[in-house]
Amino acid sequence: MASALATDFTNKIVYTDEVAEFSPEVVEEMKSHLVKYPPERKRSALIPLLFVVQRERGWIDNAGVNFLAKFLELEVTDVWETATFYSMFNLRKIGRHHIQICKTLSCKIMGEPEITEHICNKLNIHPGETTADGKFTVTLVECLGSCGTAPMMQIGFDYHEDLTTEKVDQILDSLK
Amino acid sequence: MEIKAIGCEPLQLKRMHIKDGHTLKVYQETGGYESLKKAMNMSQDDIINEVKASALRGRGGAGFPTGMKWSFVPRQSPKPKYVVCNADESEPGTFKDRYLLERDPHALIEGMLIAAFALGAAACYVYFRGEYRYLIDIMDKAIDEARAADIVGKNILGSDFSCEFFTHTGAGAYICGEETALLSSLEGYRGHPRMKPPFPAIEGLYACPTVVNNVETLTAVPQIIEMGGKAWQELGTEKSGGTKLWSVSGHVKKPGVYELPMGYKDLEKFIMEDCGGMLRDDKKLKAVIPGGSSVYIMNAEQIVGKGVTMDYEGLVVGGSMVGSGGFIVMDETVDVMESTKNLTEFYKHESCGWCTPCREGTDWLVKIFNRISEGGGRPEDAQLLLDICDNIEGKSFCPLGDAAAWPIQSAVKRFPEDFKKWLLNKTNGNGVVANI
Ligand SMILES: Cc1cc2nc3c(=O)[nH]c(=O)nc-3n(C[C@H](O)[C@H](O)[C@H](O)COP(=O)(O)O)c2cc1C
Ligand code: SF4
Ligand code: FES
Repeated sequence: MASALATDFTNKIVYTDEVAEFSPEVVEEMKSHLVKYPPERKRSALIPLLFVVQRERGWIDNAGVNFLAKFLELEVTDVWETATFYSMFNLRKIGRHHIQICKTLSCKIMGEPEITEHICNKLNIHPGETTADGKFTVTLVECLGSCGTAPMMQIGFDYHEDLTTEKVDQILDSLK
Repeated sequence: MEIKAIGCEPLQLKRMHIKDGHTLKVYQETGGYESLKKAMNMSQDDIINEVKASALRGRGGAGFPTGMKWSFVPRQSPKPKYVVCNADESEPGTFKDRYLLERDPHALIEGMLIAAFALGAAACYVYFRGEYRYLIDIMDKAIDEARAADIVGKNILGSDFSCEFFTHTGAGAYICGEETALLSSLEGYRGHPRMKPPFPAIEGLYACPTVVNNVETLTAVPQIIEMGGKAWQELGTEKSGGTKLWSVSGHVKKPGVYELPMGYKDLEKFIMEDCGGMLRDDKKLKAVIPGGSSVYIMNAEQIVGKGVTMDYEGLVVGGSMVGSGGFIVMDETVDVMESTKNLTEFYKHESCGWCTPCREGTDWLVKIFNRISEGGGRPEDAQLLLDICDNIEGKSFCPLGDAAAWPIQSAVKRFPEDFKKWLLNKTNGNGVVANI
């Protein structure tokens, strides 16, 4: 049924010396995170800065990692070590809208299976895959702290709760 | 979803329904930052003694007495000290901190500043789970407001007490709720737990003395300073002071966040009346997980007519634990083999991989659950699950291992029929759930 497998968007990481470039505004934003930590503890800013890289480049790529290593005076492997631990960092390209459906117990018993089926049928993909046009990626994730308003999903950073199939249709149709 | 106090005045929930309660203006109009002023005129020891007298116990899950934790921090330290708030809230079934952070961020700032003053801390960090990005934005705005009003930063309220205040984000890892893993993550490393001792109070963030407390623990502090530790304690019981928030989800009519006095009677009334009873009137109560996914699951017989008291001692007597206070209520349509499988998948996914019993054990548990749910369950599989749990519980590096084992151990024991049914229909024997 899948029209496009996630692998269409999987970029095998090629480790080169390429260093990403960011606009002066983005570099300023990155610096604004550094001031939170003691000067000799720059590494503390790594997770917040990985989010900036992900926002700017769409995923955590080799060039972005190389940039952070330089910026924070770390080894490239230090950056990868942290980046590969956390589930919110995408180590492959994903769709423009990342639909993350909670599959943990409260959501599961309150209707997650129907919501997941509805979304996947509508987009014609399986969980873990990206639509052919690169618009949506669907992922099943663990509890997002919305169990009282289950079932729920997060798209990007936005919470969508008390989901019904009608509500899902409205939300997905409103996304560009 | 309901957000309300039952059996007590709303303390934690005081500003939940007040318009713009998250702003400094409304916070101050409703008594905010008065406790900070009061505390800054008290001695450091007196503040800690009030917190001790309050019998406040950590709301993150472990229930450790907060005043005692604070007293472990060395008075004199050549290194800076830190106060860190655990806003990682990732325990399945738990969502109370989210509403405190969304609607009353200044209460957390005030609680942390009082802690920082009492401990002589140089800076406060709030560690949010990465998915709570919108709450970080709310908190950053609140911090900016407080800084502009000389409430955080240099020379707080014109005194010689200075304390910096920052937010920090995680990036999707349940284990970073464990306090030492949280500190590793805050330092920019993978979220692996650290060996204790040394405890964070001695060597925490950047190997400096650090107190890590849950959001709800810290937002209780201004209340304690305001009314006095003893008075706050008396809202609850002798050993479980004050009020507590409970997150309720699953098959009830009114899921939500409820504030109850500690020692509330009783758990059955809470579910069947306060939370509106079962979602579908024709479906009976089957199971309740009262403290977030990591505690023992209770069956209906342990609840109905049993008068289980809702506090640290009462829930242990009742057969489970307070944990994070996350109620997951299940009616008779739920198969407890399947619900336990769901939670085991969670622990497998969230195991940080540091130690073998938990990393390998959770993986095997899921494999066996998959076999069972695909119809290939063997008669001895229930016992096999228990054996593996036995090799994880108490033998793992951090409590996540125990947390993975307890739901299974209690489920197999308390819902044997739900396992038998999957293991019986086998041609290879008359499956018996052994030794349970
Ligand atoms: C696997 C695991 C996950 C945890 N998750 C959280 C959490 O999300 N939030 C929290 O406050 N405490 C969590 N804790 C408890 C913390 O380790 C720690 O006890 C707590 O933050 C201390 O604060 P408290 O004394 O105020 O509860 C977790 C513990 C473990 C073992
Ligand atoms: S018990 Fe699990 S989560 Fe804890 S250190 Fe071991 S592998 Fe990591
Ligand atoms: S179980 Fe889905 S948000 Fe908690």
